[in-house]
Amino acid sequence: MLAELLQFLVSGLTVGAVYALVALGFTLIYNASDVVNFAQGEFVMLGGMVTVFAVAAGIALPLAAALAILVAVAVGLLLHRLAIEPARGASAVTLIIITIGASIFLRGVAQIVFDKRFHQLPAFSGSDPILLAGAAILPQSFWVLGGALLVFLGLFVFLEKTLLGKAVLATAANRLAARLVGVDTSFVLALSFGLSAAIGAFAGILITPITLTSFDVGTLLALKGFAAAMLGGMGSPLGAVVGGLLLGVLESFAAGTISSAYKDAVAFIVILAVLFAMPQGLFGRRSVERV
Amino acid sequence: MGLGRMLRRGALTLGALAAFGFAFSALRATPALAQQGQPIRIGAVLSVTGPASFLGDPEDKTLRLYVNRINQAGGINGRPIQLIVYDDGGDANRARTFATRLVEDDRVVAMVGGTTTGTTMAMRPVFEDARIPFISLAGGIEIIDPVSPFTFKTPHTDRMACEKIFADIRARGLSRVALISGTDGFGQSMRAQCQRVAQAAGITIVADEQYGPRDSDMTPQLTRIRNTQGVEAVVNPGFGQGPAIVTRGYAQLGIRLPLYQSHGVASAQFIELATAAAAEGVRLPAAALLVAEQLPQNDPQRQVLIDYKTAFEREFNQPVSTFGGHAYDGLMILADAIRRANSTDGTRLRDAIRATRGFVGTGGVVNMSATDHMGLDLSAFRMVEIRGGRFVLIGN
Amino acid sequence: MRLSPRWQFPFRARWATLLILAAVIGTIPWFFPSGFYFRVAALVWVTALAAVGLQVLMGQAGQVSLGHAGFVGIGAYAMALGPKYLGLDVLLCLPLGAIVAAAVAFVVGRPILRLKGHYLAVATLGFGMLVTMVLVSEVGITGGPDGIRVPRAELFGWRIRGGETFYWIAGVALLVGVWIALNLQDSPSGRALAALHDSEVAARTVGIDVAAHKLRAFVIAAVYGAVAGGLLALMNGFVTPDAAGFLASIEYVTMVVIGGLASVPGAVVGAALLVLLPQTLTFLHEYEQAVLGVLIMLFMIFLRAGIVPGLAALLRRKAA
Repeated sequence: MLAELLQFLVSGLTVGAVYALVALGFTLIYNASDVVNFAQGEFVMLGGMVTVFAVAAGIALPLAAALAILVAVAVGLLLHRLAIEPARGASAVTLIIITIGASIFLRGVAQIVFDKRFHQLPAFSGSDPILLAGAAILPQSFWVLGGALLVFLGLFVFLEKTLLGKAVLATAANRLAARLVGVDTSFVLALSFGLSAAIGAFAGILITPITLTSFDVGTLLALKGFAAAMLGGMGSPLGAVVGGLLLGVLESFAAGTISSAYKDAVAFIVILAVLFAMPQGLFGRRSVERV
Repeated sequence: MGLGRMLRRGALTLGALAAFGFAFSALRATPALAQQGQPIRIGAVLSVTGPASFLGDPEDKTLRLYVNRINQAGGINGRPIQLIVYDDGGDANRARTFATRLVEDDRVVAMVGGTTTGTTMAMRPVFEDARIPFISLAGGIEIIDPVSPFTFKTPHTDRMACEKIFADIRARGLSRVALISGTDGFGQSMRAQCQRVAQAAGITIVADEQYGPRDSDMTPQLTRIRNTQGVEAVVNPGFGQGPAIVTRGYAQLGIRLPLYQSHGVASAQFIELATAAAAEGVRLPAAALLVAEQLPQNDPQRQVLIDYKTAFEREFNQPVSTFGGHAYDGLMILADAIRRANSTDGTRLRDAIRATRGFVGTGGVVNMSATDHMGLDLSAFRMVEIRGGRFVLIGN
Repeated sequence: MRLSPRWQFPFRARWATLLILAAVIGTIPWFFPSGFYFRVAALVWVTALAAVGLQVLMGQAGQVSLGHAGFVGIGAYAMALGPKYLGLDVLLCLPLGAIVAAAVAFVVGRPILRLKGHYLAVATLGFGMLVTMVLVSEVGITGGPDGIRVPRAELFGWRIRGGETFYWIAGVALLVGVWIALNLQDSPSGRALAALHDSEVAARTVGIDVAAHKLRAFVIAAVYGAVAGGLLALMNGFVTPDAAGFLASIEYVTMVVIGGLASVPGAVVGAALLVLLPQTLTFLHEYEQAVLGVLIMLFMIFLRAGIVPGLAALLRRKAA
């Protein structure tokens, strides 16, 4: 019984770590602009697909991974420069539709540049499961969890300990006030897009050895990441992490103990229940409407 | 807001719509006359993108490749084929619209396509109403049972897949089976058929788990199956990457029971995705395409299979799948029928397709009739096992 | 409260919009070169009907929904399940689907609409996914992901079929739908909704029952969706869970925003655009999706208030 629960837990945490990274990407961009970036899942796709194709072309895995992150960051910055910046001042909903257009565009380009097939990536350190208290755990799960932890810590240090990070936080708290004290909020938004793209691509690289990848993996991840960000409280990086991990664990336990056909339903019902009790999510700020 | 402004706004709307209308008309080619030398228009609505692109993409590639080949060889009865392909993205409503477009606007003489059972069933009335032959590439048994006058299909049904798997399980002296199915159309349809034929085949289904087509980890479901008392074999109805992840999870958890995949993974790509180590010992029913080289020299299908496999792999540099093979069969059955009927009239063409006998395709030897619009029996399915990263034909 | 110009001549503006729409519906068949165009145009009208419903919720009441297709699905499946299990005439199932959708919206809307903004978005998203999941998983009842047949309708022995028939049915349905939506916009209740859109707190302080008005808009949107879904099912003679899916919901939102969030005719134009684009772009083959994405981005960058208000503003500037 314990072994079983541990199995569900590790499975849930691994998938949840990816949701958490996607949710973090949402949070960064949301804080800088109120925009929910529906192209976030495409960054994950880019991370996985570029790595797969670079490795297939004979490039060593670490280099291929670095290349994938660079490509994703370039795409993220271009998306900001060519699509978000020209629409500056438009309403949030207009910007959201632009990101939906961008997501369709990126998927369309990916199916031409790459292909429409599924691809795999060898696990970083073998695929012989490690037995732990009766549960079989893939070594790659540790890579995913460790990588996610690294991102969380890195982001925490960046936001709390650097001047640039404080500018990001200031922008999130109050854009007008941040501008008044000399923060270049447009630069902060560009930075957020670059950072989100890097985090998304990183998640894509880590998870591909477990889940496989294809040009259209982004849609579902964006949806789950969005739900995770809401569960945690939109705008809160801590909320994104907790929301993502919680969503992953919920799905895994629901599939293993209640009903595998309705596991996503179970997860969503829990999210709804949380939101009814806490309308701002677990860690969301209580916002007051200004009249 | 004044009336004038409203009128202007309306005029804009009208203008935009008219512009689209004209854009359409410009794209529309003139209806073909059934003359010597005039192209024969064949339509295809395939799920080239979307959740079923795993099936639709090789179908699309195969049709384009072989239409080119037929045309290079002088066409059919001296007339070239013009192939019109639309991508429905897996959406039944869109498929229906494209089907209407093929019939009303492109004026095709026949249709080879319909990647999923859902899109096929949505399109069927269009072709039945227009009395135009429709050869579907989807597996669902309801497409041809009961028979609709103008609808045919080339793949084996999922009921046959279940029967083949269950027969193999019984031959091993086992009977208690766990199902783990994808919630996509393919997985759900086959799951329902397996449940239906289980009793007659002497099989008891003791566990019934499911996973979403995009799920990334199936170990919770597999853990549940492992902990179910008395499971003797596991069957995984599904297609795409899901079965590969199930197979990996199966190895990860160290489950030792026999694992059966469906014909939905019948491509060497499955082994690559699942990894050879995890896929070792997995069995599946499949068309002979996967084991073409292992067929005896006198097998009627051998040459057809090797030719198709070589042509596809050389052209596209990726492993063949039986789905592309279904498209090959559909196109060739149709070409053969047009040749014999020497006509593109819907009813005559239909009669010619119905009269197909002894046609050797990638899926098997096809014998159609007025009551059988598929023309395949269980012998067309071979049981294969994955050994050392290859498909190996095991005793029929 | 500021009075926006659209309320100055509500009566005339409303009838002008309807007149133009009726003229478009009445005249474009003259230009149709084949029966296929009736099918596509009918699809535009039906999709537009669903989009107009969402416009009432999003544009007029300011409440986002990522689950609108869920109601379209309820309406569509009513047409298949009603005749099969209740033995009802399929035409009777059209109002039945609308009633079921309204009831579901009423029950679900009460708790959900307490949430705001993106939280409401994720809650409606969850609702839409629940509907899809039931349709996909209950294979024995709904036919599962491969869908289910919808019987052909008969009226006094006359079988309703053919692209042209559905063109006129859908066209009239859309006209009625737009008429009602325009009336809503200009009624006292519509103004209450607009106030709600601008500021909920302000609306509450001037004595508007915020919760009741939001719920009303949600139920109205659901009824629009269900009727559109029912008509779609009737047209297709078949329905699959895709009709209720997340992607369909996103598409409806895109239609409303791209046409002009604040504009009822905008929803019609947005629907026309998103239904027609995939049909006109087929010649691009594999480049279709990429181009579609770019077009959506371009429309939103250059006409950020939406097509109809954006073009109207351009014209106004030119006229001045």
